[in-house]
Amino acid sequence: MQNLDQVVQDAAAAFAATDDPDALEQIKARFLGKGGQITELLKGMAKLSHEERKSAGAQINRAKEAIETALNARREAIRRLALEARLAEESLDVTLPGRGESRGGLHPVTRTLERLETLFRTIGFEVADGPEIEADFQNFTALNTPEDHPARSMHDTFYLQDENGQVAQDILLRTHTSPIQVRYMQAHVAKYAQLETMPEIRVIAPGRVYRVDSDATHSPMFHQIEGLWIGENVSFADLKGVIADFLRRFFESDDLQLRFRPSFFPFTEPSAEIDMAFMSGAHKGRWLEIGGCGMVHPNVLRHVGIDPEKYLGFAFGMGGDRLTMLRYGVNDLRLFFDGDLRFLRQFV
Amino acid sequence: MKFSESWLRTFVNPTISGDAFSHLLTMAGLEVEEEESVAPAFDKVVVAHVLEVNKHPDADRLNVCRVDIGGGQVQQIVCGAPNVAAGLKVPCALPGAKLPGDFTIKIAKVRGIESSGMLCSAKELAIAEDASGLLVLPADAPVGQDIRAYLDLDDRLLTLKLTPNRADCLSLSGVAREVAALTHTPVRYPQIKEAQVTTPDRREIVLDAPNACPLYCGRVIAGVNAKAPTPDWIKRRIERSGIRSISALVDITNYVMLELGQPLHAFDNAKLDGAIHARLAQPGEEILLLNEQTLKLEDDVLLIADDKRPLAMAGIMGGEDSGISLETTEMFLESAFFAPKAIAGRARRYGFASDASHRFERGVDFGATRGALERATELILEVCGGNAGPRCEAAATLPDRHPVRLRPARVAKVLGVAFSIDEIVALLSRLDLVFARDGDDLLVTPPSYRFDVEIEEDLIEEIARLYGYDHIPAVAPRALLSMLPHSEDARPLSRVRQILADRGFQEVVNYAFVEEAWEAELMANTSPIRLANPIASQMSVMRSTLIGGLLANVVTNLKRKQTRVRVFETGRCFLRDTPGTPVAGFRQPWKLAALAYGSAQPEQWGCASRNVDFFDLKGDVEMLLAPARARFEKIAHPALHPGRSARVILGGQDIGWIGELHPQWLHGYDLPLPPVLFELDLDAVKTAKLPKYVEVSRQPPAIRDLAIVVDQKLELQQLIDGMTANRPAIVQDIRLFDVYTGKGIASGEKSLAFRIVMQDTQKTLQEAEVDAAMQQLIQYLQQTFAAQLRV
Repeated sequence: MQNLDQVVQDAAAAFAATDDPDALEQIKARFLGKGGQITELLKGMAKLSHEERKSAGAQINRAKEAIETALNARREAIRRLALEARLAEESLDVTLPGRGESRGGLHPVTRTLERLETLFRTIGFEVADGPEIEADFQNFTALNTPEDHPARSMHDTFYLQDENGQVAQDILLRTHTSPIQVRYMQAHVAKYAQLETMPEIRVIAPGRVYRVDSDATHSPMFHQIEGLWIGENVSFADLKGVIADFLRRFFESDDLQLRFRPSFFPFTEPSAEIDMAFMSGAHKGRWLEIGGCGMVHPNVLRHVGIDPEKYLGFAFGMGGDRLTMLRYGVNDLRLFFDGDLRFLRQFV
Repeated sequence: MKFSESWLRTFVNPTISGDAFSHLLTMAGLEVEEEESVAPAFDKVVVAHVLEVNKHPDADRLNVCRVDIGGGQVQQIVCGAPNVAAGLKVPCALPGAKLPGDFTIKIAKVRGIESSGMLCSAKELAIAEDASGLLVLPADAPVGQDIRAYLDLDDRLLTLKLTPNRADCLSLSGVAREVAALTHTPVRYPQIKEAQVTTPDRREIVLDAPNACPLYCGRVIAGVNAKAPTPDWIKRRIERSGIRSISALVDITNYVMLELGQPLHAFDNAKLDGAIHARLAQPGEEILLLNEQTLKLEDDVLLIADDKRPLAMAGIMGGEDSGISLETTEMFLESAFFAPKAIAGRARRYGFASDASHRFERGVDFGATRGALERATELILEVCGGNAGPRCEAAATLPDRHPVRLRPARVAKVLGVAFSIDEIVALLSRLDLVFARDGDDLLVTPPSYRFDVEIEEDLIEEIARLYGYDHIPAVAPRALLSMLPHSEDARPLSRVRQILADRGFQEVVNYAFVEEAWEAELMANTSPIRLANPIASQMSVMRSTLIGGLLANVVTNLKRKQTRVRVFETGRCFLRDTPGTPVAGFRQPWKLAALAYGSAQPEQWGCASRNVDFFDLKGDVEMLLAPARARFEKIAHPALHPGRSARVILGGQDIGWIGELHPQWLHGYDLPLPPVLFELDLDAVKTAKLPKYVEVSRQPPAIRDLAIVVDQKLELQQLIDGMTANRPAIVQDIRLFDVYTGKGIASGEKSLAFRIVMQDTQKTLQEAEVDAAMQQLIQYLQQTFAAQLRV
């Protein structure tokens, strides 16, 4: 049966000669199809004797199996080749940039104010807001600022014209966020008027404020954060504790020194300036003014209908822009209001 | 308040010095704003006596001097100064001296003549700018003494940034009193002696406004020599306090003001007529001041006047016609107390300030008025000679210093630190405060020099200050815990901002005051809210829209080659409103505005480049408001392209607008391409809804597409509204998925393709039901909108 081995070899060679799956199936027909060589050999067995048929049949079947095995192997190889070719063809330059919109970002001062809100919320401070065109009463009078205080002059405070072009005396652009505490306390007092003891006030109020001032380190509009805590037992020691805690959390550092320096504000007594110094970095060892604070002046509490004998507490005000500059190392205040995307994108 | 430390140390001389001394003052509330040395470091410079001056044989402009440098030593020194002369006392730098500017003096030959040192100008010692010649010292300067000691050049100048409540520290004795209290050091005040009266000359004093001027003292001093030189020690002290030396009489009044805190004024007595009045100005009354300004006064300005005319703005500035000059021989010296309220703000109103007004408006010690007059008299007689007249006085009711009750329990409550009454007494004693015990409390009477101690808290601050703010512990506060509300029907502002940032917008902060033209052009607002005192014309009105600033941001960035700009701002806008709340007359809503300019996508390889358009930004608005769905209706807005702008309506409320900038503004605003922008009421954007569960159907939906051709002008919203209102019950959703015009569609028409989702929540839909529903929609569209079915 030399012939059978040859057929198997011929088939294997013929299969190997093609990469095309259709051609492979046609070649298969030449061996295994109707009229194919194996089929013909099987047909030829009819002429053989029973014994011979048995033995020849076994051999032909082995040859057939061998051809089928070769065929399947070739089919698999061709499939794999085709897949490889496809993969190669579909291959990308994965270093090309992704498609679509890029990210924008928040203003750096917004980042600061939002962090501040978050930090103070963790010790139970609510966030309050108030008008920026403000009444003289809330901005000055209720805050115990005398009639002839220099801050009230048109050199320091923006006033508005009325509809007749005259200076409207009782209306101004708020010069600090403190009027928010006045409004908040007024609302709080009204809300809990029925109670023997009103709940504590813990509130912070971030916002834009306005002063007649414009140079390299002053902007006519800037940001402040006001804080207020009023209760039956709130002391200067608590004030120091809260501010120290806040600054360490805000700058994420214990590597800073803090000092409270006696100062004067009409709306607090005792009053203090908050100075801070980093113990390392660019500002190392320099005292930096962070804000003002103090125990709320009894006159302020009286103005909003709170009994200063029963309740007391502290207030503080800090510069939002200043904190932002220190936090991110920004050295020019004007960048905050310039809208330059090359600057702002650094805070995405 | 600027002063020389060595002068202060003549009053009080604690062992603490240098930075520690400055720190002590700062931490007591007297902030040391600046410290400077009188002179930079140098050494081996002594007082020398020029004995002999001879011409240098080989140099025209040089002299060879023989100079006594003390200790019996005479040196030969070559000197080029034009004012060198035998007999002068001058500073001499000895060989080995190191002068400012790293300049060392050596023995050297100058044009062949040996010179053992250098005679110095003020500039060479860096103590003044004068380089014109040698610094000539007084004739009595002790030869051989170190110049630093002689001129007190190791002195330091301190500048205090005093808070307005601490007027008591606007003098050397005031600062000394404070230092003494802080350091437990004894203090020595100048001795006040009553002047000997040697002339009967006097003037009557009339207090016409006793509330404004409750105490006025004065005296005539006759026969003064106004041309007498100011003694060096007075001159040095006032100059080191930043006051220019003018003449002996003026310098002495300034000296006493610095020493005791009492501003004085000197009139030329010969120019006065009759009594001295302290009265309020007549409205419109004019006065020519020393600074040559003529003022028309209002009737709340206090004047010092004689019988005929105003002489001075009391406590602020003297008049030009009544003041002393070098020719004065007879003076009238004033020392008075003017009430802070009568002085405050007046100088500022007329655009100037003075040392006197600075003090009077904060409060001058009315217990020292007479003493200051005597002190100045003494110095004037000593320096200028003359005869003092009797002290003339008029007095009314001085400010009340009522006792303030101080409760130790309250001190503990406010400060968070408990003090015993004895500790409190010890602290207050250091301040020389007068007090009496009343049971557990103290009754403290503030002194005449303290205008800032009126209530218990003021005393508590004093206790804290002396105890040291640093020594009050920083404690973790205790409070009753209760949770803060956290509502789901509003999104926090931070979330809104984050959505925009995630969609490629960069937040900006723009000024709330803008150019008037922006309001007129962009909002047709011709009567904006104007500032009464804007700092610049382009910041003169309050904005009623945020978009002006955003447009300016585009220009700023285009100039910096940033060609794709996506910015947003959240902030208040300002409108007139009646009645207005919370501030009457105004509405101040929070707005959110965003702008996109340039290409729709960041510059990239992966998408075809095109400019941003209305629908890009509309997608941003829809995303911002989702899951709520707004309606968009055409709008006429002065800022916007009339065909490419819409009002945004949410829940029936007009919440803002969106559109492309009107092409008419492009040129004026320097914009090559049209930006697309929107502005929304922030409250509406922040509104959220509590999600409510609806059962999800288990039945499979049937989905059919429907393409129709309609009039091109027909708005999609009309079709959707109509179909929704007239839909069969099983239709759940109608979605547009294609808009087509062009080949195959007649001009003036457009093809729209909708995907219709149908479902029955209870059972599987039958083919026939679906067909019937589609047929119903098609019929509705054909009948209502003359739609043709597209096949």
